[in-house]
Amino acid sequence: MGPFMSPFNNLLCMLLGISFTVWFTLLLVFIIVPAIFGVSFGIRRLYMKTLLKVFEWATMRMERGAKEKNHLLYKPCSLNSIIAKESTSLEEELKDIRRNCSSPELDDSFDMSDAFYFCRRGIESIVDDEVTKCFTAEELESWNLLTRSNYNFNHISSRLTVLWGLGVVIRYGFLLPLRLTLAITGVGLLVVLTAMIGFLPNGRMKNFLSEKVHLMCYRICVRALTAIITYHHSENKPKNGGICVANHTSPIDVIILASDGCYAMVGQIHGGLMGLIQRSMVKACPHIWFERSEVKDRHLVAKRLSDHVKDKSKLPILIFPEGTCINNTSVMMFKKGSFEIGSTVYPVAIKYDPRFGEAFWNSSQFGMMNYLLRMMSSWAIVCSVWYLPPMIRQEGEDAMQFANRVKAAIARQGGLVDLLWDGGLKRGKVKDTFKEEQQKLYSKILVGTQEVRSRS
Amino acid sequence: KKLNISHSQITRLYSRFHSLDKGENGALSREDFQRIPELAINPLGDRIINAFFPEGEDQVNFRGFMRTLAHFRPVEDNEKNKDLTSGEPLNSRTNKLHFAFQLYDLDRDDKISRDELLQVLRMMVGVNISDEQLGSIADRTIQEADTNGDMCISFSEFTKVLEKVDVEQKMSIRFLH
Repeated sequence: MGPFMSPFNNLLCMLLGISFTVWFTLLLVFIIVPAIFGVSFGIRRLYMKTLLKVFEWATMRMERGAKEKNHLLYKPCSLNSIIAKESTSLEEELKDIRRNCSSPELDDSFDMSDAFYFCRRGIESIVDDEVTKCFTAEELESWNLLTRSNYNFNHISSRLTVLWGLGVVIRYGFLLPLRLTLAITGVGLLVVLTAMIGFLPNGRMKNFLSEKVHLMCYRICVRALTAIITYHHSENKPKNGGICVANHTSPIDVIILASDGCYAMVGQIHGGLMGLIQRSMVKACPHIWFERSEVKDRHLVAKRLSDHVKDKSKLPILIFPEGTCINNTSVMMFKKGSFEIGSTVYPVAIKYDPRFGEAFWNSSQFGMMNYLLRMMSSWAIVCSVWYLPPMIRQEGEDAMQFANRVKAAIARQGGLVDLLWDGGLKRGKVKDTFKEEQQKLYSKILVGTQEVRSRS
Repeated sequence: KKLNISHSQITRLYSRFHSLDKGENGALSREDFQRIPELAINPLGDRIINAFFPEGEDQVNFRGFMRTLAHFRPVEDNEKNKDLTSGEPLNSRTNKLHFAFQLYDLDRDDKISRDELLQVLRMMVGVNISDEQLGSIADRTIQEADTNGDMCISFSEFTKVLEKVDVEQKMSIRFLH
């Protein structure tokens, strides 16, 4: 047994050793070194173009296959709604009813048909409403060879199934281990290097090194996700003493923005690995981490943020005012806290291309680890980032109006729908005040404005 | 079927039904409806939700969901002639009026009493109008509609009062495709 196995064992060890060395060298040369220096070979863009061609071919095959079998191919067309909603307001509609009916002279004229308006609006919102669809991933028009986005595309041809199978092998067998290695390298380097920089005395050298280290590690993480990012209008990049606000789709937003510029992060201190990363990051440059108990104290939060922005040597703060992840088709209400501070706001719009991988984190559907696994086994994350010109609060504008103005600018640039609804509706109930407003409006029409004003 | 909804509309409605069904048990409960913010702030939201649930039941399946929504299909001209033999379609003028009648008729006894009318009015106006004024509005409405003197509004009295109203347009939603 012994003498026969050892040369074989040796050979095996040698082969494994060689393949590991080759693997790591390739990794180093093609991915890590460019990340350190911020250059790119263009491999990812080439990959993206190839994938697009494959997807187009796949969709064509499916359409052809469906026609042959006479099936109706389900096209989600999420851009079009199921119904066309009437845009008349409560007042217009009720006045219309009263015009056509018998007794227009009476002041408090109630008509049984008044209920029709509320009824129709209610049914319209059951069939199609603006808010609930913001909290689930967008549907795709063509299939991108991932089972998770396969709603109704049943088995059409065996060639397509083979392609899909090949896709699974490539994604889980090759891309996933590669990305995991990179992610571990990136995070590991971040923790170790920032801890080391923490020993340096405060000064220009420390800031310079901290900047370089942060950028390098985030770039490695970007490659760990195979994120292909296009930055627009870099001349508007946030400067020190300002606040950067962006729409929120997933935790990856942070990595995407931080790989192109240095920011001070804001957030709650977590335990475990996240907490470890947070604690070492703050050694190298001042981030703003809150204890869980401090988060509720709005004054404390506001004070720490404004202290930070007053110090011009500190980095711009990165905040996501929506407060929760939205599915990247709309922008929901911005919380006014960050707009009350009074510094320059640098809006940033982030738009993901869902064809290569769905970046939206549906936290009610899967947890963080599951989400990261899905991210790393997608084809790629493709997105565009637009840096918008800085905005300041105008005279006579309160924080809420300023927040809405910034939100409208971001929505316009990113091609997203601008909604007034609160992102908190993902988990919580809507406030009763909205219903009370509707009731008040109806009462005014019913009995006239005077009566109602005296009552409330 | 009497529902007269096209295949693509059914597929979309099923997709919508599925996205509302958070518990993924193939049926919607009242909480699933109340999760829609625009419906939750509608003054008659609870009455509309109630219309989906048959007497005494807490769950509505897809068939029931579609059946209720079918009342709101627009009345097309060719349908008026087509279904004379197979009975009235769900989206006829009469059935739309009946749907609205049931919004007011809280105990489903086919009569709208003064009390029921007051309750629904209260839902629509909130706290903004006094009890006395609301009471007089209710009284006047019943007076105008009631023809047989029983101080309640029956379905035929309801239909008569609303004969000039364009029910077909007001109680329809325009489906695309």
